[in-house]
Amino acid sequence: MLYREAGQFKTDYVRDQAIFPILQDRIGIAVILTIALALPFTENDFLLNAVLIPFLIFSLASIGLNLLTGYTGLLSLGTGAFMGVGAYSCYRLTESFPDVNILVWIVASGFVTAAIGAVFGVPSLRIKGFYLAIATLAAQFFLEWCFIRIPWLYNYNTSGAIEVPQRELFGVIITGPRATSETRYYVVLGFVVAMTWLASNLVHGRIGRMWMAVRDMDIAAELMGIRLLPTKLLAFAVSSFYCGVAGALMVFLWYGGAEASVFNINQSFTILFMIIIGGLGSLLGSFLGAALIYIMPIVLREAPEAIGLHMHAATVEHITFMIVGALIIFFLIAEPAGLARLWQIGKQKLRVWPFPY
Amino acid sequence: MHLLYMVFIDPFVQMAQAPDLLVQTLWEGLVSGMLYALIALGFVLIFKASGVFNFAQGIMVVFAALTLVGLHDAGMPAFLALALTIVVMFALAFTVERVVLRPLVNQPDIILFMATFGITYFLIGFGEFVFGGDPKVMITENLYLPKGPITYHAFGGMVQVQKLDIAAAVVASVMVAGLGVFFSKTRIGRALRAVADSHAAALSVGISLEQIWVIVWFAAGLVALVTGIFWGARSDVSFALEVIALKALPVLILGGFTSIPGAIVGGLIIGVGEKLAEFYWGPLVGGGTDAWFAYVIALVFLLFRPQGLFGERIIERI
Repeated sequence: MLYREAGQFKTDYVRDQAIFPILQDRIGIAVILTIALALPFTENDFLLNAVLIPFLIFSLASIGLNLLTGYTGLLSLGTGAFMGVGAYSCYRLTESFPDVNILVWIVASGFVTAAIGAVFGVPSLRIKGFYLAIATLAAQFFLEWCFIRIPWLYNYNTSGAIEVPQRELFGVIITGPRATSETRYYVVLGFVVAMTWLASNLVHGRIGRMWMAVRDMDIAAELMGIRLLPTKLLAFAVSSFYCGVAGALMVFLWYGGAEASVFNINQSFTILFMIIIGGLGSLLGSFLGAALIYIMPIVLREAPEAIGLHMHAATVEHITFMIVGALIIFFLIAEPAGLARLWQIGKQKLRVWPFPY
Repeated sequence: MHLLYMVFIDPFVQMAQAPDLLVQTLWEGLVSGMLYALIALGFVLIFKASGVFNFAQGIMVVFAALTLVGLHDAGMPAFLALALTIVVMFALAFTVERVVLRPLVNQPDIILFMATFGITYFLIGFGEFVFGGDPKVMITENLYLPKGPITYHAFGGMVQVQKLDIAAAVVASVMVAGLGVFFSKTRIGRALRAVADSHAAALSVGISLEQIWVIVWFAAGLVALVTGIFWGARSDVSFALEVIALKALPVLILGGFTSIPGAIVGGLIIGVGEKLAEFYWGPLVGGGTDAWFAYVIALVFLLFRPQGLFGERIIERI
């Protein structure tokens, strides 16, 4: 009764093509956006800096990987390195041309990453499954090595790290150490909302259908007239674009500086956890997975203090590892299709409420 | 022109001028390749029998070594600690089968792959929680493993070989031979191969999948223990080994996911290739090539043989 599609008719093409055809969805998304816009007014710096900004950035990277792994069925373990490409190219571009708006360079760094991602996507035509995952490991380790060994990338800094310079937009400082967390939060939120909207349109349109056909059975897709190489390369390019922008945002609006080890293999694995726990082939799942995997350890770390237990930081760290591992297994057993599937089950319950079925 | 000379001619000139260095590099490559091969062997055992791509194999190596050293530090004699570690590895295999594999039976591969990530995290946390997070020294003497170098004067110079590496090579060969006999001659071994061929057919002739999985994970645990002892003896026992364990993945690519000889040959190729590349070509690009060289070899191989050197031919049907 609470969530009913019945009676909501689509009487023209505009309504048929709407992103949120159901009234309840529109209300829900409006509420979520309002809360997201209102959160900075709580003036809780920890919440913005350590929870919300990283959560949004990881969600964006998860959407990127989900387009590749969840929608096109190509397993990739190079996400961390692609995020690094975004960060380093954005740094390089803004150092070389400081007068151009930083937002332009963040988007441009996405395109640089897309090009590199497409190059490393070429083997995907011949290789599938776990073999492809290991092929993308080549990208991961090679790019990570480049970040260390090519000093041009970090502008010959003696520390070998990149430091985010101060950049302004309409007179407001948005990057660098003097930017307030509210401004950075709004910029990240803007990027994430815009790119999620874009991704939603992509996967519901012709391109998304092509990707899903390739995922479900590539030979059958080829017989239906889908050209495999352009489709797979496009998936790699778009996915890398998202990862690149996420990487640039991560360094410019969250960390404020980074070295190559930030983009190591563990980063790739973290993003992969997020999409598998959240739900493969679901944009909502990318957000849910990012929330669970990123926020759960923070909560676990704070929990012993909150209930008055005093433990060594190292002990808490080890126990956190154990709990995260156990929870991953628990969630997989409870719902292998991910959290997004749980939400669908919940929706069905809302539909028939108060009746059991 | 100079660059071409440095890439294509100079390294071979160096090799010809100092054959003792070449032999030394080859030996180092073979030894590290053997350790990669041992990790890959653990992967192959589990993949063959259950179709699970066990990411936790690398952590099982560290966990086994850590348990052995930890029990010895707690005051046990070395061989009692070894026996107890074997018991722990069996308990691990049993628990994994009960808690993880059985509820997830018949799920897509990627879900099972992900579940082994869960095992990885849990083992890292558990190992550090019980035995502490700082690097430990492997109890080499207490297990009567030989130490120290042997120096040969040959090839117009001298070649130094660690006794420990020879011992590792001997033990590894014995273990692989033992596994080979076990697979081909014993009843359980034949059951394992039947399961590898087809789960459904194996079930229909009365083979218990659950039992086989426990045995396979236990065998992989034993391989992990042997690997852990020799690897731990070369460097410290710590979870930093995890990154090196990822090197087993290109080995699998070369050898194919289902072939034991493939894992060994692949491991040796990767080990030797990586050491040669780093020693002779590495300085040209600033060193550190061993971080990615193995993966690039694997990638090149994949472009020509997508199923690896020894892998089963992939036949696709609609």
